[in-house]
Amino acid sequence: MHEIIQQLEEKREGARLGGGEKRIAAQHKRGKLTARERIELLLDPDSFEEWDMFKEHRCTDFGMDSEENMIPGDGVVTGYGTINGRLVFVFSQDFTVFGGSLSEAHAEKICKIMDKAVQVGAPVIGLNDSGGARIQEGVASLAGYAEVFQRNVMASGVVPQISMIMGPCAGGAVYSPAMTDYIFMVKDSSYMFVTGPDVVKTVTHETVTAEELGGAITHSTKSGVADLAFENDVEALLQLRRFMDFLPSSNREKPPVRPTNDGPERIETSLDTLIPDNANKPYDMKELILKVVDEGDFFEVQPGYAGNIIVGFARMEGRTVGIVANQPMVLAGCLDISSSIKGARFVRFCDAFNIPIVTFVDVPGFLPGTSQEYGGIIKHGAKLLYAYAECTVPKITVITRKAYGGAYDVMSSKHLRGDVNFAWPTAEIAVMGPKGAVEIIFRSDIGDSEKIAARTEEYRQKFANPFIAGHRGFIDDVIMPRNTRKRICRSLAMLKDKDVKNPWRKHGNIPL
Amino acid sequence: MFTKILIANRGEIACRVIKTARKMGIKTVAVYSDADKDALHVSMADEAVHIGPAASAQSYLVIDKIVEACKQTGAQAVHPGYGFLSEKREFQEALGKAGIAFIGPDAHAIFAMGDKIESKKLAREAGVNTVPGYLGVIKDADEAVKIAKEIGYPVMLKASAGGGGKGMRLAWNDAEAHEGFTSATNEAKTSFGDDRVFVEKFIEQPRHIEIQVLADGQGTTLYLGERECSIQRRHQKVIEEAPSPFLTPETRKAMGEQACALARIVNYKSAGTVEFIVGGATGEFYFLEMNTRLQVEHPVTEMITGLDLVEQMIRVAYGEKLSITQDDVKLNGWSMEARVYAEDPFRNFLPSTGRLTRYQPPAESPHVRVDTGVYEGGEISMFYDPMIAKLITYGPTRDAAIAHMRQALDEYYIRGLSHNIPFLASLFSKERFVKGALTTNFIAEEYANGFHANDLPADDPTVLIAVAAAANRRIHERDTRISGQFPGHEMKAGDEWVVVMSGQYHDITVRPTEGGYAVVIAGEVVDVKTGWQIGEPLFLASVDGRSVAVQIERAGSGLRLAHAGSRADVLVLTPHAARMNRLMPFKAPPDMSKYMLSPMPGLLVKLLVEDGQEVKTGEPLAVVEAMKMENILKAERDATVAKTHAAAGDSLAVDQKIIEFAS
Repeated sequence: MHEIIQQLEEKREGARLGGGEKRIAAQHKRGKLTARERIELLLDPDSFEEWDMFKEHRCTDFGMDSEENMIPGDGVVTGYGTINGRLVFVFSQDFTVFGGSLSEAHAEKICKIMDKAVQVGAPVIGLNDSGGARIQEGVASLAGYAEVFQRNVMASGVVPQISMIMGPCAGGAVYSPAMTDYIFMVKDSSYMFVTGPDVVKTVTHETVTAEELGGAITHSTKSGVADLAFENDVEALLQLRRFMDFLPSSNREKPPVRPTNDGPERIETSLDTLIPDNANKPYDMKELILKVVDEGDFFEVQPGYAGNIIVGFARMEGRTVGIVANQPMVLAGCLDISSSIKGARFVRFCDAFNIPIVTFVDVPGFLPGTSQEYGGIIKHGAKLLYAYAECTVPKITVITRKAYGGAYDVMSSKHLRGDVNFAWPTAEIAVMGPKGAVEIIFRSDIGDSEKIAARTEEYRQKFANPFIAGHRGFIDDVIMPRNTRKRICRSLAMLKDKDVKNPWRKHGNIPL
Repeated sequence: MFTKILIANRGEIACRVIKTARKMGIKTVAVYSDADKDALHVSMADEAVHIGPAASAQSYLVIDKIVEACKQTGAQAVHPGYGFLSEKREFQEALGKAGIAFIGPDAHAIFAMGDKIESKKLAREAGVNTVPGYLGVIKDADEAVKIAKEIGYPVMLKASAGGGGKGMRLAWNDAEAHEGFTSATNEAKTSFGDDRVFVEKFIEQPRHIEIQVLADGQGTTLYLGERECSIQRRHQKVIEEAPSPFLTPETRKAMGEQACALARIVNYKSAGTVEFIVGGATGEFYFLEMNTRLQVEHPVTEMITGLDLVEQMIRVAYGEKLSITQDDVKLNGWSMEARVYAEDPFRNFLPSTGRLTRYQPPAESPHVRVDTGVYEGGEISMFYDPMIAKLITYGPTRDAAIAHMRQALDEYYIRGLSHNIPFLASLFSKERFVKGALTTNFIAEEYANGFHANDLPADDPTVLIAVAAAANRRIHERDTRISGQFPGHEMKAGDEWVVVMSGQYHDITVRPTEGGYAVVIAGEVVDVKTGWQIGEPLFLASVDGRSVAVQIERAGSGLRLAHAGSRADVLVLTPHAARMNRLMPFKAPPDMSKYMLSPMPGLLVKLLVEDGQEVKTGEPLAVVEAMKMENILKAERDATVAKTHAAAGDSLAVDQKIIEFAS
């Protein structure tokens, strides 16, 4: 017994050291923390229960079976713990052990916690820092990836899956994070790409650095692959704690409730002057969001990508809501390919995890142009439409200004089973703006600017208001901007136990 | 009494006049331009009349429109406020013709005091000290010396056509006067092509001190003490106070009596102000000019005299006699006024216009008064003076008034545009200001190289650490109350924390106490009592018995605190996280000096350069339109354009890159 305990201690010490002091120092020098340091930051103090600390790889080729190459844990730390008392499963790849490369055993450790997470209904958080496949193992390593991929897919929509990329993540390895719900990255120390700069150079003759090709800035602004980019490991993990507080543990649960002193009756008089007199002048939709949600606390995702739509999490009366909003400050708030995809994915996440959606609408339509049409705006725009239409969680819509054309239909309209649809007095719900409409209806008058002006005014009087939609019941009520919070809170309270089911099917066929 | 008056002004002064009128039971009429249709003065008044487009030359300055608005609404009198038409004789006359009373002095007084030479003549006639000097042309150096001797040294020799400091020489004795005349004449000739030079007494350590007068035109003329307005930036008053820390009762009386003498000679009625320049070295005082209107800074006089000057003006205009005598005028305590402007002190005081997304002035009390004309969600328009409000404080002593001011500035919560509160906080904390050693050069001397972040007062770090620790603790306590926790393994808020501020790590412990927290910093217990709730922008607390106001908001995983004009980003970490944070690499902010950035949000109208072009210092590079104003951005040094980052027609955010220069 005594001897066993001594051995145990030695093994634990070996596992704790991972790739050894030297490699830990090198990791720190790169501005990166070790796998265990990261877990300690992410989880509540002393809450981590580690599994498979003694697991070792089974490769015997290329001298891998030498004593120094048998490192307990095999390059990944796995287990569960709590974030603010709530259960999460976590795996953290250890770059100090074989560059965090994925062996068969390493993959098995990840699969084990994923299986358990799905069974008990708790999120999986991956802290990725891996050079890729364990080349020495060959196809066994690839098989390991595929086992993880399969589990990612099976867990999708069942438990939240979050990837925090904190080092390299290249080649096939990218496809596990790609199938998780959110990908976060750390600036300057992480990158993701399918093929690295060297291969790119050989094949396409493009010269590009790893940072430019797949760094945190690239993916959070250009490709949209990453949802957020953080300054460093500490900020990333602390913000991830904050993020997890918004999410339910699984699709079997409602999102958590956190008490607040911010009352539902709070009036924001300044919202009455948010909409400028001039319909072509932008305003900042974020001001509305910040003034409506609890404590002005809004966790925006993808802030640097497709800025014409804003998505993120907030709370109303302590309960999580997903916010989707057009942003008039960027491309006048038009829907385009990127913003449709960004919005659609967010709506589907909320729907999968029982998070009510509040949509703020100021949309002049879809962005015209060859690049949009050639890029397939028809199919991509349809994604957002499909997502809203399919979605059965409580849906509250507030039209602040423009709701024109097909984009009006898309943005959580009554016709797509919007539960409560409000309009501000400044709302204009029409097929298009007055000027464009008149030029079509009264084409023969186009030469006569006076007539056109009169017709435009006539159109404006008739349609540039919320009443036509109100007559038909497409708008449930016209509300004063200052009361927006109160009205949304009440609607959410009313919808708390909403129960709508879509007809049974294997799965729908969203236009991918 | 009048039953309805019209206020021919806008902004805070219109609101301020409306308040008094309402108190007196008089109905009010506001006038407004296109830009002001949602302004506070419009909603405060009983009626409002639209008088034209935004530009004041087409609205607030058009006499006929104001007279017409009076007729239309039946207003019996007009209060002009300050600025706009307040000192236009023609306005007073036009109202007179229409049978409408003007709440202010008669036309002849406005005219006489509006003319620089005429007013000086009248002042001499009334026995008021004027700056000794010789306005005639001096023919040679010997004559210059003779006149300088008569005036008494030091003297200033000035070119008649002068400006910008050119053709000016200071002389302390005969030799300098002789030499100075010759060089000033030469310089004047080459600079202005006009070699006329005159001589004037030079006032050392000049202070701007003005006397408030109040007269009923029926025999009573009073002086209501003085205001010192020496704190000026480019001749624009920034801080005013009453009384002046400089005047003795004797000087006050002498100045007050001279001011009244001047008022009497023009048969002045209503409120007026006689401005003096006072030599800080000698105590001599000289007349500068008389303002025949209500001054911006009148509230400090009201605070220490207990009089409502607007009420007195209305009563006098109605024909009432003043009900007080000079003996009734008592100066009690001290009052300070700070002008809160929408301008960016860190960008050379560039005016900042736009929407006030958040606006919460400090609560009014016997110690704090806020004269404001804006509201949350309102707009600071480019068309008018960018003043947001006047913040006035009162205390039994000067130190108390300053302390209240510093607290009130901490509480002033403005978001959406830049404001000068950091600058004001800096001014009120300057030792020289607190000592009262003021001159009109105070700002030029104390901020010789402009205003920078390191001019901000050194804050007591203990207070900010304690506040951050307490706020963080409250946030964490709430985090532990989230639903869905592991039964029996719930999260507990820790006591041990590390506060990271300005790169310094402070180990602290926090424990809840009755109504707050005990924060132990470096072995000392700091007692924080607060009712702050998460989400509130203002952390009001008593820290070791001292009341503090710190503005607080979330910034990433930390807190952003604003206090005493400074901003601090603070992280409050667990000891483990703090150890980890020390391992994080320092990332230097990117060097932006090789970029030309947009100084404001706007539209890039023109880009005047292309890639590879060489540019010279001062060469125009781009035109940015903001709020209908075209701003030309010029090269600050000789450089080559490496890359243009924006194109004509782009809308720009503040600090967006426009041009990149080759380094």
